[in-house]
Amino acid sequence: MVAEGHSDAFVAFERVQKSYDGETLVVKDLNLQIGKGEFLTMLGPSGSGKTTCLMMLAGFETATFGDILLGGKPINHIPPHKRGIGMVFQNYALFPHMTVGENLSFPLEVRSMGKSEREDKIRRALDMVQMGDFAGRRPAQLSGGQMQRIALARALVFEPELVLMDEPLGALDKNLRERMQFEIKHIHENLGVTVVYVTHDQTEALTMSDRIAVFDDGRIQQLATPDDLYERPENAFVAAFIGENNTLKGKVEKIEGDTCHVALDDGSRVKALRVFVEGEGARTTLSLRPERVRVDVKEGAADTVLEGTVKERIYLGDHIRVRMDVAGNDEFVVKVPNTSGERHFKLGEKVAVGWAKEDCRALDPS
Amino acid sequence: MIALGPGPDNRAAPTGNTGNANMAQAEGVQGEVTAEKLVTADGIPLKRSMQRAERRRKLMAFLLVAPLLAFLFVSFIFPIAQMMWRSVENPEVVNALPRTLEALEGWDGEDLPDEEVYAALYQDMVADQELPRQEQRTGPLAVRLNYELSAARSAIARTAFRLDRLEPPYKEAFLDAHRLWGNPELWRIIQREGDPFTASYYIAALDMTYSDEGEVVMRDEDRRLYVPLFGRTFMLSAVILGLTFILGFPISYFMSILPMRKANLLMIFVLLPFWTSLLVRTTAWIVLLQEQGVINSSLVGLGLLDAENRLQMIYNMTGTIVAMTHILLPFMVLPLYSVMRTIPPSYMRAAKSLGAKPWTAFRRVYFPQTLPGIGAGGVLVFIISIGYYITPALVGGQDGRMISNEIARHMQQSLNWGLAAALGTMLLVSVLILYWAYNKLVGADNLKLG
Repeated sequence: MVAEGHSDAFVAFERVQKSYDGETLVVKDLNLQIGKGEFLTMLGPSGSGKTTCLMMLAGFETATFGDILLGGKPINHIPPHKRGIGMVFQNYALFPHMTVGENLSFPLEVRSMGKSEREDKIRRALDMVQMGDFAGRRPAQLSGGQMQRIALARALVFEPELVLMDEPLGALDKNLRERMQFEIKHIHENLGVTVVYVTHDQTEALTMSDRIAVFDDGRIQQLATPDDLYERPENAFVAAFIGENNTLKGKVEKIEGDTCHVALDDGSRVKALRVFVEGEGARTTLSLRPERVRVDVKEGAADTVLEGTVKERIYLGDHIRVRMDVAGNDEFVVKVPNTSGERHFKLGEKVAVGWAKEDCRALDPS
Repeated sequence: MIALGPGPDNRAAPTGNTGNANMAQAEGVQGEVTAEKLVTADGIPLKRSMQRAERRRKLMAFLLVAPLLAFLFVSFIFPIAQMMWRSVENPEVVNALPRTLEALEGWDGEDLPDEEVYAALYQDMVADQELPRQEQRTGPLAVRLNYELSAARSAIARTAFRLDRLEPPYKEAFLDAHRLWGNPELWRIIQREGDPFTASYYIAALDMTYSDEGEVVMRDEDRRLYVPLFGRTFMLSAVILGLTFILGFPISYFMSILPMRKANLLMIFVLLPFWTSLLVRTTAWIVLLQEQGVINSSLVGLGLLDAENRLQMIYNMTGTIVAMTHILLPFMVLPLYSVMRTIPPSYMRAAKSLGAKPWTAFRRVYFPQTLPGIGAGGVLVFIISIGYYITPALVGGQDGRMISNEIARHMQQSLNWGLAAALGTMLLVSVLILYWAYNKLVGADNLKLG
């Protein structure tokens, strides 16, 4: 599914730049290949340029520089209505003066499709989103989740090969959002359509995507599968943005192969995996997932063992979340599984914490 | 206001239940049945407690509206009712000539009436002269009959002046006093208008008249005045409506896609006619449009026009159309703009992404959503221009006049208030019919005024 290289990329951004005011770049040198049938998510904080990229792909914004290719052909100068790209908007954009059926019929009518064929496709699309009985309703008579389904059906009814979704679940409540995530994923799997999805919700991105492009500051910070992104963040921004993350700052003393020996700011010595450090003597940020930290580790039983002081303890049922002060960072969080041998943490208690070298990633200093 | 109820501590419980009762009612019959059985904590039926709790709110609402309601009644509803009354009321003949009317019963309407009728007329006029001057009815009678037959006023005045010299037989005496008393038409008019209510103002307002046989017929083509004027008024209003739409739609759309600050600046230009005094505005139009005005002089100066063939652009229909379009443009732009502002740009984008060409997207997705604004603006502009008075009066000349100018003429110059009232009522009714038709076609709920 994952495209390798230009040749079989279905959608390609090649050195795309975008500026609105001629002074600052909103998108800086974007290169991205999306394979046919892939579910790719553009994830990032607001203002990171992800929506601008989507709008350029849809044709509502023009790239200031660079090419966007669809099926190998540049589409920079093709107007949106000739691109044949389905799109689901954040506010659904269902036409309020038309019924659900008329909304779905619209893309087929502008393609001069015959009546019986239209009705056939509309029925299939509505059945796909389990809204078969709603063809006669007006959008104002639907709930948020129902509007979402209709918007999805409308974007798919004319059978586009590429569908863009701009934070489509943003307006729904949590339970409905989770259900819709699975539904969208299943529809994607069944139809084999290529989806480019924009969101700022990392859980949503991790749940649905084949690959995720993490955007920040107009650039793709990392493009990877969900598990790679979580397990192997390549820089400090990605590590902090995806999932929960402990950071320790220090200076690289020595590099042996892929192992960095890092002196933390309080003087502790730590071994870390070399990911993104300039060299010996450079400052670095160490990234460590809370669930990879073990407690009550004996000296020598782990690559790194440090002492922490318990600051706060939160009982969360399946695990206990302990906030500690470790090596001068009092936001250091450890998730302790709630197993039968219940462990009590008292405030102020000293606890030995340890972790494997591979779980502690030495990243850029930012 | 709630002193009618029990003590204040009793009231806390019922008020708490009010919401539930409301919901039960909204749910329909089933809900109402249960609501009747329900009682509040202190045993009062729920419905009654609810009404008591609502009473204060209703009274409050009424008090808030009351001053305006009173004002509207005194200054709007009452005058309109009076106008409609005046268009049918017809007391002059009945009051002045009771005996004559009685004697006229049984007259065939063909030849002159008998001596008996003239004697009754004499008695009526003598009786009237004995009244104090303020209460004399011959004057109003003369004016009233003059509306129908143009020499009637002088006939009555001259006869009244010579009344004490008249001697029987009265028929000859009256005929001698003024030849009009020998005209059967005058007598037919007296007989016809000898009723406290009349349709003759409406008949006149519809350019109709009574034939010699007493039937209502249209006037001769060249003597028709009001029906063509109504037609012209509607035609001008339609043209002005069309022009304000053609000029207003693009600017409203442009303002709706501009950032707020720039849109407000443009809005000031649109609203400028609102803020300028009517006379200043009209003077400006005269300066621009008159024969020696800016536009004509420029065209002549550029050699596009001969000095002898200067365009006549004011004191005619063109003047009325230009000036009124300018004045009424904001009434079209404001509702359009307020509606367009609420249409998110994502609709057009969605339509395009679904494959619609820009024009199709506009026609099928954007335009239908502006209909409430177009309807509101259209109704406003059309109804205001139908009754517009001052601008046509100032720059309309002869063929730019509208029906309201004729109403004003009858109010102020000819003093035929009955006819003015009839014309005014017809104008009012035609506006109501238009509004009704609009409501049938589009639905008044779709009217968005801001």
